[in-house]
Amino acid sequence: MNSVFQMVVLGPLKDIGSNPAFFGEVVIGGILAGMLYSLVALGFVLIFKASGVFNFAQGVMVLFAALTLVGLIERGAAVWVALAITAVVMILLAFGIERIVLRPLVNQPQIILFMATIGLNFFLEGFGEMVWGANVKKLDVGIPDKSFMAAGMQINQLELSAGAIAAALVIVLAVFFQKTRIGRALRAVADDHEAALSIGIPLKTIWVVVWSVAGLVAIVAGIMWGAKSGVQFSLSLIALKALPVLILGGFESVPGAIVGGLIIGVGEKIGEVYWGPLVGGAIENWFAYVLALAFLLIRPQGLFGEKIIERV
Amino acid sequence: MIYREAGQFKTTYASDQAIFPIRQDRIIAAAAILAAFVVPTAFANDYWLQAVLIPLLIYALAALGLNLLTGYAGQLSLGTGGFMAVGAYSAFKLSTAFPWLSIVAVFLLSGVMAALVGVVFGIPSLRIKGFYLAVATLAAQFFLIWLFNKVAWFTNYASSGTITAPTREVLGVTVSGPTAAPGTRYVVALAFVALFALIAKNLVRGRVGRSWMAIRDRDIAAEIIGVRPLRTKLLAFAISSFYCGVAGAEFVFLYLGSAETLAFDINLSFLVLFMVIIGGLGSVLGSFLGAAFIVLVPIFLTNMPHAVGLNLPVAIQKQIELMVFGGLIIFFLIVEPHGLARLWQITKEKLRLWPFPH
Repeated sequence: MNSVFQMVVLGPLKDIGSNPAFFGEVVIGGILAGMLYSLVALGFVLIFKASGVFNFAQGVMVLFAALTLVGLIERGAAVWVALAITAVVMILLAFGIERIVLRPLVNQPQIILFMATIGLNFFLEGFGEMVWGANVKKLDVGIPDKSFMAAGMQINQLELSAGAIAAALVIVLAVFFQKTRIGRALRAVADDHEAALSIGIPLKTIWVVVWSVAGLVAIVAGIMWGAKSGVQFSLSLIALKALPVLILGGFESVPGAIVGGLIIGVGEKIGEVYWGPLVGGAIENWFAYVLALAFLLIRPQGLFGEKIIERV
Repeated sequence: MIYREAGQFKTTYASDQAIFPIRQDRIIAAAAILAAFVVPTAFANDYWLQAVLIPLLIYALAALGLNLLTGYAGQLSLGTGGFMAVGAYSAFKLSTAFPWLSIVAVFLLSGVMAALVGVVFGIPSLRIKGFYLAVATLAAQFFLIWLFNKVAWFTNYASSGTITAPTREVLGVTVSGPTAAPGTRYVVALAFVALFALIAKNLVRGRVGRSWMAIRDRDIAAEIIGVRPLRTKLLAFAISSFYCGVAGAEFVFLYLGSAETLAFDINLSFLVLFMVIIGGLGSVLGSFLGAAFIVLVPIFLTNMPHAVGLNLPVAIQKQIELMVFGGLIIFFLIVEPHGLARLWQITKEKLRLWPFPH
């Protein structure tokens, strides 16, 4: 028993203590990876907050945005032009989704809407690949991908800029939600659909706006992930990576998505590096889920989720 | 017109509460089951049995299991693939460790194994609900698949990491392994699914099913009238996982022949969830209709362009298939969010009154 404790607890802790610079590197790597998870999780949170739809297609929206961007750049468009066109495409997509998918399904149970977004997931996947091809593409929008040393730790520039962009995005979104007229309307809708409708907030417009914003966030996530690992089908699977972030942070909370992403990113890296070898490695796939699950048992609504009050 | 039920009076409670209270329904159902046993084994070719009917039945069994959990007890689960993997790997371990054990017993025991695992991963359902629970069940999915991949004991230290169905006989007829005839495997799968559908139908009509539905509809109210959430939810997880475990064992032994963990990945979980939702949440018949839809539509879409003389490149055809499949899911949800089972019910009601509208 003692030796098991030694192996499972003390051993990894000793490793951490013996090389603090490496530990710092692991933590920073985790933070930056966590930022990337947060970017995807943000898209989920925005849509869930305003419409109660658990948008499974967010991952494919990231893929679709990245594919469109790369496709346009490959066809000779300048990066900025391509970005603008992609943004327009994502906004048009939001209009289409609202009109074709959401409007006929108003007032259906959440699981039906969830299903519909899975249908959307298939559709977009097929559509994106048909238009832009299914090959792995390299996305290069001029973000440097080199590592440098700081305080004895190796830091990747790409991940650093991802962190900066994610932080900027959160600030922009926070201002948008708190200060603008549409932002206030969005918060009202998130709070209470019917009350919002009764004071004259157009629900349909709000939905188009949140889906558009989620689409724009998907572009940013697509750029960062695409620059990191190439634009390919597996990009759509990062949605699955964002799910533990969501349950950790709470489905309704923008700060939750960020903090949850950081915790998952760091926890995953530390777990993989120090505890992974004990069980044969490759624990990244499920470690985040188990971490989030353990957390949920203590706090079922997530870190920043709204307190669940139950009445009969 | 088709349904003339005039003159069928019910004189006992038992006849009033029968699964098929109308005589015509009973006859149709009996004929359908008989036909399901006889017609394909006599007429269908190996392609139809192997590529369409056997997977359809196995998926239907898994969908039935998930429907009990999600449709009746209201607990959304994305761990179906993981529970099916538990069934498949238990069946493999059991049948290779005890070669004298009947394959039927192996299937049932692997169902029991899956049920035990299901109960463990069902424990969080006491604290968390809805999508939080769905994501929590993903932990089961990823963890179980990882476990079967990493621990070589589960595959009997096979270097390829695959499990292969051994040759086993029931009453002198080979039912699993490379030499088993598709017709035999079909009959075994059908017998299992028919039996379990009957059990499920009776389960959901009785005390257990009613307490599940009470929990699903309003859990606090259910608790107050005396339904114990702990027992009810865990029972739902256990029975649902049992069904999925048996389906998983059949998946390898009767359908694939050999498989690795990839066959049980997250996509399988989603596929079974589709079947349940397209077919109809909270409907035994819906599980079958949903499985048929999900199995048949891709086959139809694959063969469609050839039939009308279009020769598309494989990649484009695959992409169009995805688009049409996704579009159809959305279309069906918009037309009838309660699934194909509800459509069938409406049709039946219409037929009872036809040609008089009232």
